[in-house]
Amino acid sequence: MRDGDAHPRAVGDAVTAPAAAPVLPGPPTRRATELLLLVFALGLSLAGYTAVGLAIDGKVPSGVAGYGAGLGALFLAAHLVVRWVAPYADPLIVPCVALLNGLGLVMVRRLDFAEAADVRLGNADAARADAPLQLVWTALGIALFVAVLVLLRDHSRLARYSYTCGAVGILLLLLPNLPVLGRTINGARLWIRVGPLQVQPSEVAKLALMIFFASYLVSKREVLSLASRRVAGLQLPRARDLGPVLLAWAASLSVLVFEKDLGSSLLFFGIFIVMLYVATERTSWLLIGLGLFAAGAYTAYRVFGHVRLRVDIWLHPFSDPDDKGYQLVQSLFGFGTGGLTGTGLGQGSPDKVPFAKTDFILAAFGEELGLVGVMALLVVFALIVQRGMRAALGCRDAFGKLLAVGLSFSLALQVFVIAGGVTGLIPLTGVTLPWLSYGGSSVVSNWVLVALLMRISDAARRPAPTPVSPGAVLAALEDAETQVVRR
Amino acid sequence: MNRPLRRVAVACLLLFGLLLVNVNARQTVLAGGYRDNERNTRVLVRNYERERGAIALDGPGRTVIAKSTRTKGPLTYLRTYPSKSTFAHVTGYYSFIYGSAGVESVQDPVLSGEDSRLTFTRLSDQLAGREPRGGDVVLTLQQGAQQAAVDGLAGKRGAVVALDPRTGAVLAMASAPTYDPNRLSSFEPKEIRAYRAQLLAKGAGNPLLNRATRETYPPGSTFKVITAAAALEKGLTPETRIPSPTQLTLPQTSRPLNNFGGEPCGDGSTSTLADALRISCNTAFAQLGLDLGVDAVRAQAEAFGFGDSTLDGVPDKAVASVFPADLNQAQLGQSSIGQFSVAATPLQMAMVAAGIANGGQVMRPYVVDEVQAPDLNRLSGADPEVYSRAVSRDTATALTGMMEQVVDAGTGTSAQIPGVRVAGKTGTAQNAVGAAPHAWFIGFAPADDPQVAVAVLVENGGNAGSEATGGRVAAPIARDVMQAVLGR
Repeated sequence: MRDGDAHPRAVGDAVTAPAAAPVLPGPPTRRATELLLLVFALGLSLAGYTAVGLAIDGKVPSGVAGYGAGLGALFLAAHLVVRWVAPYADPLIVPCVALLNGLGLVMVRRLDFAEAADVRLGNADAARADAPLQLVWTALGIALFVAVLVLLRDHSRLARYSYTCGAVGILLLLLPNLPVLGRTINGARLWIRVGPLQVQPSEVAKLALMIFFASYLVSKREVLSLASRRVAGLQLPRARDLGPVLLAWAASLSVLVFEKDLGSSLLFFGIFIVMLYVATERTSWLLIGLGLFAAGAYTAYRVFGHVRLRVDIWLHPFSDPDDKGYQLVQSLFGFGTGGLTGTGLGQGSPDKVPFAKTDFILAAFGEELGLVGVMALLVVFALIVQRGMRAALGCRDAFGKLLAVGLSFSLALQVFVIAGGVTGLIPLTGVTLPWLSYGGSSVVSNWVLVALLMRISDAARRPAPTPVSPGAVLAALEDAETQVVRR
Repeated sequence: MNRPLRRVAVACLLLFGLLLVNVNARQTVLAGGYRDNERNTRVLVRNYERERGAIALDGPGRTVIAKSTRTKGPLTYLRTYPSKSTFAHVTGYYSFIYGSAGVESVQDPVLSGEDSRLTFTRLSDQLAGREPRGGDVVLTLQQGAQQAAVDGLAGKRGAVVALDPRTGAVLAMASAPTYDPNRLSSFEPKEIRAYRAQLLAKGAGNPLLNRATRETYPPGSTFKVITAAAALEKGLTPETRIPSPTQLTLPQTSRPLNNFGGEPCGDGSTSTLADALRISCNTAFAQLGLDLGVDAVRAQAEAFGFGDSTLDGVPDKAVASVFPADLNQAQLGQSSIGQFSVAATPLQMAMVAAGIANGGQVMRPYVVDEVQAPDLNRLSGADPEVYSRAVSRDTATALTGMMEQVVDAGTGTSAQIPGVRVAGKTGTAQNAVGAAPHAWFIGFAPADDPQVAVAVLVENGGNAGSEATGGRVAAPIARDVMQAVLGR
């Protein structure tokens, strides 16, 4: 059993000071906790995988060992690299992400089964097994996670490439608009075709732009937080500093206009405003941002049919349940049928919701794992976000702080936008649910996002390398000794 | 930067809080509504894993009209209807794409085995390792009567309802055009979708609609029975002479009201009430309605069930028949002969006939005779219930006599059955300008010991076109249905 042999080694590691740590033992790294939680995440994923097989075929799936070994090796690789190059990083983030990724794979595979059954029934023409491909994407994501952590030993080096990142981000956003390369899928032009693969460049653009925002705002924060006058207790920024925020606003709107991608548009603008607010500590920016958002949203509602349609469906999903409202209605049916505890994995009909593997995957969880399962998933997301915010709080440099806020907030906003959309809380906009949804671009770029968070978190929790007096060394040694004894 | 950062962290928690509150509402308070929504086929798919109970007819041989058969495939049990379209509007269908209808829908708890009365059976099945199955539903319909109704409507659009006037049991309920529930309940989604599209196509006449209970038509002269009932309740007798001019100019109008074919009734000035009904005299009944007043006519119509939208269990909800509000005198005159915007379901008109047949007491109509556990033990049976006392026994007796004359020597002679006294009333209802009138017949037999009451409606007179009259088109169908029930 993996569990058995991994555990004692982990405990041993914690007792002897980590090799990569400075001479003085710092705060506990909690890497053993991470490993234990990873084993738990792997166990849950395998249990889900087995449950799907049992429910559909009536027997333990033959692939469970291979799947377990593959996923286990990936998780272990992530863990070992963290141990090696980011030993002080938050121990909760990677297990949470691994759990989501593992469960996402389980659900994608479960929907593969459903599609295959639909083909047998004559309901559908062709089915594709997406789970193996998703496992490949996961592997690629974790490989990039490893690469980022190994190659990027200091996150502040990213600030050097800020304008490159900005340019790359804009370019990636524009890419789907190019002829030949660009692809329109389900009315939104946010895909490009690379060989046999569809890539969604906006997912990568999101990361690049956040790096750009962070370094740009750090360099301009002094200017941007200058106040011109007070109005009703609020310090308004100078009119000429409105430039960048108006630019971001216009860029977001153009994403909406040219790519019909409501979700990404919302995401970019929201991230920018929050980062601007944190950088300048000026509530006025937040209010200006909200005002611009309201104006943009209202204009979009009035001008664009597809935006109006989304809002109408949200307000009255049951007025056209067979056509326009079909997706949302089926999604709500899934949540309702699942009820408190769900039908059990493999025992519902989550494939009745269109795009169940991608945008609507939460509805599949809602039906088969019920309210309990959905709440657990949301709490795991919230945990990741809050650990990311913690990293930002602890980070000592402004750039890292701002980047961590951006990364964590982008995650929170993305989960809110899509989870709120499929549950009828807000109008539906098509973005992926990080790690759970099927989709290579999303899984890979979100693993990179985690790598950046881990890097900043490591820097935040790493003890400051300040020169110390002999007395302090002695005190530290005593401290360390008590710690060892206590264990 | 830490202060705004903390605020952002709290804001993120709030966003997740909103998500959690919303998903809690959707999966607890609102969950039932989503789960039971008729468009939600999820529960249905699960139901295919269990053997669904049968729908059967009572009587010798226990004819099964809907049953589940085991198949190999992801959906285990296939629903089939051995008599194809014959009972379609009563049984309904059981489709994993389009949900269910009719008895399949209304009696679903029993058929699927989820009914609380089946809890014990379900538990003992599970303990004994037997595959649980649903209970059976036995209907009141009679094979022969239903077949006669379906045959009579062949090639036409319309509906037939036959009731046992003594209990309210529905003996036949047919609607045409009809459909084959097998083709909606199969496992071939493409075929199901194609068939449904074909059923909903323009010009197909909406075969999924149960015209017997879910559609209203101007009742035409059959409504004169109600006007006559109101008159008898006011103290008139069948022999009372009432004005019956060749032409009647209704108040506030200039266009005179004519009789059918412009013929005079009686001696052209008065006739007896009985005679006026026998030859279906329009002017006499329009004047009679005016004399009785709007309240009396409406009260009589409502006593038979007009305006009641709560009628249920036939097999599902029936729409209300309408006696319009706020009539002026001209409209009252029109309404008294079943025109203007008076509208009735064939079921409603069958209830009128049945009420008169049953001595003035209308029995509540129903289609489910008995609900049985999988071991055929009776779980519950029909309990005939008085719906209303529409008219007094004397009025009912008088009306019966008048309606017998209609069949003996009036407009309804084609409903005669040798050796049986038949009471009835024809109707030829104008509907749209230029369209052939609807043909109606309501009646019951035997008049001295009523065992069956029937209403027949043929839209636009079927094949007879503008020549159609209730007597020529609808009465023979009613005769065949009544004959089938009486076994002659």
